[in-house]
Amino acid sequence: MTVITDVPDAPRAARRPQTGNPVLRWLRANLFSSIPNSIISLVLLAVLAKGIFSFVQWGIANAVWLTPANDSSACRAARGIGACWAIIPEKYRFILFGTYPFDEQWRPALSVLLFIALFYLSTRRAWWRRELIYIWVGALALISVLMWGGVFGLSFVSQDRWGGLPVTLILATFGLAFGFPLGILVALGRRSKLPAIRSLSVLYVELIRGVPLVSLLFMASVMFPLFMPSGFNIDKLLRAQIAIILFAGAYLAEVIRGGLQAVPRGQYEAADALGLSYWRKNRLIILPQAIRHVIPPLVNTFIAFFKDTSLVLIIGIFDLLTTAKTAIIDPAWQQFSVEVYIFVAAIYFAFCFAMSRYSRSLEATRGR
Amino acid sequence: MTTDHPRPPPRRSFFGAWGRRELKGLFWQLLVVGIAVAVIAFLWSNTVTNLSARRISTGFAFLGREAGMPIADSLLSYSPRDTYFWAFVVGVANTLRVAVIGIVLATILGTLIGISRLSANWLLSRLAAVYVEVLRDIPLLLQLLFWYVLMQALPAARLAWRPVDGVFLSNRGLILPSIPIGMPQLWVLGTALLGLAAFYVIRRALIAQQMRDGKPRKAWPIALGLIVVLPALVSVLLGVSWKIEWPELRGFNFVGGLTLAPEYFALLIALITYTSAFIAEIVRSGIQSVPRGQWDAANALGLRRSFMLRQIILPQALRVIVPPMTSQYLNLTKNSSLAVAIGYQDVVSIANTTLNQTGQAIEAIALIMAVFLTISLGISFFMNWYNARIALVER
Repeated sequence: MTVITDVPDAPRAARRPQTGNPVLRWLRANLFSSIPNSIISLVLLAVLAKGIFSFVQWGIANAVWLTPANDSSACRAARGIGACWAIIPEKYRFILFGTYPFDEQWRPALSVLLFIALFYLSTRRAWWRRELIYIWVGALALISVLMWGGVFGLSFVSQDRWGGLPVTLILATFGLAFGFPLGILVALGRRSKLPAIRSLSVLYVELIRGVPLVSLLFMASVMFPLFMPSGFNIDKLLRAQIAIILFAGAYLAEVIRGGLQAVPRGQYEAADALGLSYWRKNRLIILPQAIRHVIPPLVNTFIAFFKDTSLVLIIGIFDLLTTAKTAIIDPAWQQFSVEVYIFVAAIYFAFCFAMSRYSRSLEATRGR
Repeated sequence: MTTDHPRPPPRRSFFGAWGRRELKGLFWQLLVVGIAVAVIAFLWSNTVTNLSARRISTGFAFLGREAGMPIADSLLSYSPRDTYFWAFVVGVANTLRVAVIGIVLATILGTLIGISRLSANWLLSRLAAVYVEVLRDIPLLLQLLFWYVLMQALPAARLAWRPVDGVFLSNRGLILPSIPIGMPQLWVLGTALLGLAAFYVIRRALIAQQMRDGKPRKAWPIALGLIVVLPALVSVLLGVSWKIEWPELRGFNFVGGLTLAPEYFALLIALITYTSAFIAEIVRSGIQSVPRGQWDAANALGLRRSFMLRQIILPQALRVIVPPMTSQYLNLTKNSSLAVAIGYQDVVSIANTTLNQTGQAIEAIALIMAVFLTISLGISFFMNWYNARIALVER
C-alpha cells in the first residue's frame, strides 16, 4: 500500500454525500473506511458476537443462580453448560471476611467501608491539607480498634482469624502509609551529597527491586524468626506487612526521586538563599513540588502495589485471594473455581480501575 | 508562614575553616551508618545464636548433597539422586525458559495490541483498550490461578482437542510436533549463528560505506546467503535429517513431540498476556510521542509506508519505548517466580523446597537473590547497550 494511491482517493471522498443517516456515516468512517479495515471489522464482529453469545449462554442463560444451602447438585448438573453463580451467595462471607467470627463480621465490613471513605477523601483535591494526615491517623486507629476489639465492649478477635478483603486493604494501606515516608527518606538519601548515605540508599533500592517480591515474602516468613532474639516472636501478618513496607518503600523512592529531579535547581538555590535548614527546605519547598510532579506515576505504583499484596497467598496469609482459593477446597464446590475467581477478579478490578481512572483524570488536569 | 522567622545570626564555626556544613554532614553520615551497622550486627548475632540453637550449620556444603526432590518438568536431565547444586541449575534453566520465551512473545503480542489501540478502526482500538484495562487491573497471581484451573478443566488425553493436525490440547498440557535436535542439527544451527554474526559485521561495514558516499547498498542478498543458504549447504553436505516427529496418542498418554506441561503453559500464558498489556501502553505512547509533522513530512516525500515506519517513525519511537520496556522485561522475569503457586519448579520454588528440607534459609535466599540480580543485571546491561545505540546523537 503506497501513499501515492491515497491521492486519487481524495476527490472520491469529497464526492461522498456528507448528509444522510448519521449512524451510517459513523459506521463508514470508523469501521468500513477501507477494504482491509472492513475485513478487520467483520472478523472482529464475528468473533465478538460468538464470544458474547457463548458467555451469555454460559454465564446467564444456563447459569445456576441460587441453590438450597450447601447443596451443589443443581450446579453439578449444569457443569460444562452453565456457570454456577450459586457458589457466590454460598461462600461470599467467607471470601470477604475469612474466618472472622460470623456474628462479628459487621466489624470488618465497617472497616472496609472506612477504608473506602478514606481513599475517596484522599483523592479530593480540596482535602489535600494537613488535616488529611490527622484523618488518616484517626481512621487507621479506628480500624485497628474495630478489627481487634477488646475495648468498648467489642470482643477481642486475634489476628490469625482475620481474613479476606480487610486483610488485603490493611496490607496495601499500611504498606503505603509506612512505605511512603520511607520512600521519601530513601529518595532524599539517594540525592544526598553525603556519600555514605547515598550508597546505603542505592544499595537498599537496588537490592529490593532486584529480587522478586515472592523471595522477600519467603524471607519474611522463614528468616525473620532467625533474625530475632529467641522468645521474641512476631505475628505472620506483621512479618509480611514489614516485607511489603520495605518493598513499597523501594519502589516509591524511585518514583519520588523522579519528582525530585524535576524540581528546577533555582528552587533549591532560592531555599538555600533564604537560609532554610535541609529539612525545612525539603518539607516546605522541594517535596510539595516534587510530589505534585509525580502524582500520576505514584497512583500507578499504588495500583501495582495493591495487586501485589495478593502474593501473600504464597506464604499462607488469608488475604482476599487466599480466602477465595480456600473457599473452593470444599469438595462439594470444588469444580466451580472459575466463578469464584471471576468474582474476586471483579473486586480487584473495581479498586484498580477506580484508581487508574483517577490517575487518568489527574493527568488530564495536570499543571492546573 | 516561615518568612516571619528572623534569620539566625551567622555563627562562628568552632572548627575554623572546616565549615559547619561539613561537620553536620559528617555527623549525619556517622549516625546513619552507625544505626545500619548496629541493626545488622544485632540481626547477625541473633541469627548466629538461633542457628546454633537449632543446630543448623551454615555454608554452601549442602549443595553437594543428594537433593531427593522430584522435578517434573525440565529441559536438563535430572533425577532425585542428583545434588542440590544440580537441582538449582535445573531451576535456573526453568526460570530462563519461561522468561526468554515470555519476553519474546509478550513483546510481539504487546506491540500488536499497542498498534491496534491506535488503529483507525473503532472496534479494533476499543477492543485493544478493553484488553489492556482488564488485564492490567487484575492481579497476575489471580490470572495465573485462573489459567491453571482452565488448563486442568481441559479434557483428558484421550479426548484431547486438536485445533490443527499434530497439535493436542488436553489436561496433560500442549503437545506439539517437534524436530529432534541432536549433534548434527546443532552444527547446522551453529553455522546459521556464525552467519548471523558475520552478517552483522558486514552490515556495519556497508553502513559505514554508505555514510561515506551516500549510496544505499542492498544487504539482504548477503543475509540470505549467510543465514539461509550456507547452513542449508552444510545441512545437505552432512546429510542432516530434519524429520518432524509427530506426537501420537498411545494408551493414556502421548508419545513423541514436544510437551508443554500444564503448569508451564499456564505460567507462560499468564505472563505473556499480563505483560503484553503493559507493553501495549508503552508502544502506544512511544508511537504517539513522534510528532505529527514527522508523519506528514514522510508522506510529503512520497516514501513507501514500510520505509517510513522503519526509517523515520520507529527510530524515534524506540527512544521513548526502550527504557520502560527494560523494566517490563525485568518485571516479567521476576514475576515468573509466581510459578511456585501452581507448582512449576522455577529457581524460587526449588530454593523454597531446599529451604524446607535443609533449613538453610540464608543460603537458599542468597542463591535466589544472586540468580535474580545476575539476570536483572544481564537484561539491564543488554538494554542499556541497545538504548545507547539508538539514543539521539546530538551534535
